[in-house]
Amino acid sequence: MTLHITLKLFATLRTYTPADADHYAIAPGTTVADIVRDLNIPPKDAKLIFINSIRKELETPLADGDRLGIFPPVGGG
Amino acid sequence: MTTPDLMEGLARAAVDRLRADGTAYRSLSSVAERQLVRQCNQSFRRVELTALDMGIVPERYTRNMATLSMAEQYRLLEAKACVVGVGGLGGSVAEILARLGVGQLTLVDGDYFEDSNLNRQRFADTTTLGKPKAAVARKAIAAINPAVEVTVWSEIMTAENAAGMVAETDVAIDCLDTLQARIVLQGACRRQKIPMVSAAVAGVSGQITVIYPEDEGLSALYGDLSTAADRGAELTLGNLPFSVNLLACLECSEAVKVILKQASTLRGQLMIFDLADLTFETVQLA
Repeated sequence: MTLHITLKLFATLRTYTPADADHYAIAPGTTVADIVRDLNIPPKDAKLIFINSIRKELETPLADGDRLGIFPPVGGG
Repeated sequence: MTTPDLMEGLARAAVDRLRADGTAYRSLSSVAERQLVRQCNQSFRRVELTALDMGIVPERYTRNMATLSMAEQYRLLEAKACVVGVGGLGGSVAEILARLGVGQLTLVDGDYFEDSNLNRQRFADTTTLGKPKAAVARKAIAAINPAVEVTVWSEIMTAENAAGMVAETDVAIDCLDTLQARIVLQGACRRQKIPMVSAAVAGVSGQITVIYPEDEGLSALYGDLSTAADRGAELTLGNLPFSVNLLACLECSEAVKVILKQASTLRGQLMIFDLADLTFETVQLA
């Protein structure tokens, strides 16, 4: 069984966005950390993780239809 | 002269006007205000507070109404906000709060204007290069709204001096550009039980939240503060003027809600945006 999520990578992470980010296929049990690794996102930049607009952790597994957002640290003013 | 003289003067100086929607109000022009300041030997802020208390609107605030009530305008004029960092975010925040009529502003910045500030910082121009940011802002604000009483700290906020900077403040506004400085500000706000509006920008992305003293605060955004990097994606992406000013506007909107004790602030939430694809999202931090 394949699940699909939508993926939004912010700021410097934008360059890691896959072509199928709106319908990104994952295996059941896939965690945010798995996706970060698969997309070669530097782990230190996967700082703020949101699933369906709620802050989650790298270890959180994803469900079919989830909206995953990853935001790097930003500090400019 | 005493306050009753000021009230008599205000009653004479006020004129009847109509708003664009046809509602009537009593108006005080900035010229009449200046005369009363001189004649009654009172501060601009005292003249405006007394006017509002009498139901007279200083004309400079008429377009704040009726989104702001007279009582809310009075409360803003009584209030004190501490703007920490007077660069991209802070310069615009200071100007907006001054125009809005927040009566006391503390401006904190130990830096001087330089060429790389010119793309975005409200008070950076070819005549202010090399000058201290907070002092330049004070001069500009005095010309915009003399009722705003500005205190300047032309020094970097540290654990030692922060208490004095945020003392008796209704809200602190984080317009800083390093995590270490934000941690110092958050510590001072926690000790003195002051709410803080915090924002940061990188390129065409930004984030903003509202932190109360008992909240998790910055670690919800940056992770373990003892190991988090001092700077972020802005080192690569820079700071664009429209993103910085968008965020400055959002900080002012949240600061006003905090001062007026209105519900529905970004407390416990983070608003993030990415102008590249027009993503605006408010996410739950807890």
